[in-house]
Amino acid sequence: MQLESNRKEYLQELTKTIRRHIVKMTHHAGSGHPGGSLSATELLTDLFFEHMNVDPNEPDWEERDVFFLSKGHCTPVYYSVLAEKGFFPVEELMTFRDVDGRLHGHPCGEHIPGVDASSGSLGQGLSLANGVAMAAKLDGKPRRAYVMIGDGESQEGQVWEAAMTTAHFNLDNVCAIIDWNKIQLDDYVENIKGMKDFKAKWEAFGWHVIEIDGHNLDDVHSAFEQAKTVKGKPTAILAHTVKGKGISFMENTHKWHGLAPNDEELELALKELV
Amino acid sequence: MAVQKAPREGFSEALIRLGHQHEDLVVLDADCAKSNMTNFFKDQFPNRFFNVGISECDLVGTAAGLAIGGKIPFANAYANFLTGRAYDQMRISVCYSNNNVKIVGHNAGTSAAQEGATHLPLEDISLMRSLPRMTVIVPADSLEMEKAVEAAYYHEGPVYLRVGKLPVPIVTKKEDRFQIGKAIKYRDGNDVTLISTGIMLDETFKAAEALGKKGIQADVLHIHTIKPIDVEAIATSAAKTKRVVTIEEHSIIGGLGSAVAEVLSEHCPVPLKRIGTQDRFGVSGKMHELLDFFELRAARITATAEKLVDSALIK
Repeated sequence: MQLESNRKEYLQELTKTIRRHIVKMTHHAGSGHPGGSLSATELLTDLFFEHMNVDPNEPDWEERDVFFLSKGHCTPVYYSVLAEKGFFPVEELMTFRDVDGRLHGHPCGEHIPGVDASSGSLGQGLSLANGVAMAAKLDGKPRRAYVMIGDGESQEGQVWEAAMTTAHFNLDNVCAIIDWNKIQLDDYVENIKGMKDFKAKWEAFGWHVIEIDGHNLDDVHSAFEQAKTVKGKPTAILAHTVKGKGISFMENTHKWHGLAPNDEELELALKELV
Repeated sequence: MAVQKAPREGFSEALIRLGHQHEDLVVLDADCAKSNMTNFFKDQFPNRFFNVGISECDLVGTAAGLAIGGKIPFANAYANFLTGRAYDQMRISVCYSNNNVKIVGHNAGTSAAQEGATHLPLEDISLMRSLPRMTVIVPADSLEMEKAVEAAYYHEGPVYLRVGKLPVPIVTKKEDRFQIGKAIKYRDGNDVTLISTGIMLDETFKAAEALGKKGIQADVLHIHTIKPIDVEAIATSAAKTKRVVTIEEHSIIGGLGSAVAEVLSEHCPVPLKRIGTQDRFGVSGKMHELLDFFELRAARITATAEKLVDSALIK
């Protein structure tokens, strides 16, 4: 099913709003991870607004789809999407990383409505998704488990332990979204420890792979739709993205992996997001 | 002579019993199902058993996911590889996320025997005790293991359960009440407090008897729950006897001895001697040889307690 044009317009506006939240939140906190948040914005927005079966009024609803932000650093985009979806007030975003708030630097499953598990130590999300998917299959429930993984994060061994588990147990209710922005904290992924043939790796692990432009909402939308129809094996959406997408001076550089904009930079960024 | 039975047998039997009663109980293993005796659960409930292969980190994460999915998972692996390798998964995916996962560390202590140092878990209690929200249970024998498994199932929250592989004497009794966090008082005495955990209860009983023959009456406390520890029982006994010996099949760093030292220093500072393994790795050997090698025997407990009593008398 393709994205209807009125929904597309709506989502496009929403991604702008979310990008504004991202820069404002990190500016407010004076720290945080804007680069990998901006690269994941279309992916998470389309997922939560068009595909996930969740109820913001009942975040722990037993039949819900689950989402794990395995690349747990990217809370600015995650919290923004959750707030816009109605899990908590949008105003609360401006308590990001505050000592007396609940929007910690990395997601806390216990305190934040809509967050299904804590993360921030990399590599752990896919195992969690597998567990939920196994439980859903046992119960004969149509629940789906989504997980977002970074390309740099894929240097963690547990990602591949878990990828074997997903395929071995034929967990077709698991969908991994790989935010393939090619940059990690220190440098380009290729300069640190490259992914080589990343797509072939996922395929060799027994996954159905869909390679897309992660900023093209039509692409993103149809990838999630296709993933729902794949039977017998899990789906990995390999989404080519740009770190820092949407703000010219933040794009495609590792400098904005974990740096907050100052007053001037915030102003410049917001001008680009009108 | 007491009946001998491997704690893992009691574990396996209790798991199956609970499995019949509770649909939400699921079991995971990391390619040690035969050794951990979770294969018997698999035979009865094939759908509710998941062997994730040799990947302890993934094992713990998958268990956490099953808990989020509404199940009560028991995740099994050899204690060392589980607590050492998957420590961070327990920290983030289990404890910080507050998931109702039961972590079962097998091949505990000297029961890893001839496998040698790599397989001999002498630091697992220490690691697990440091995790916020983790309950740490170290049963004395197969019978108490059965009660512990049941208590772990009903307990809401993460639990670490330490399970030995080889037969040890059954020294607890059916009627002994098992309650998480509560010490069991097995003997009354005024001269010295012996506090043991796990399978060392057997040697501790023998030591208490030997001491009694010498006119030294020992208070014997069995601490099956190292965390949360029973502060009141320890402090009350220490206040009475004025000297304490701890006995564990684990390093004296971070285990029962450390936990009791923390309690005593804050609530009732009295002399304490810790018996356990020293700051070192294990070796290969039969279990009884290892217990001799590490001097985890009644004779040492008796001598240590005697010395403590004597030194107090000299003063």
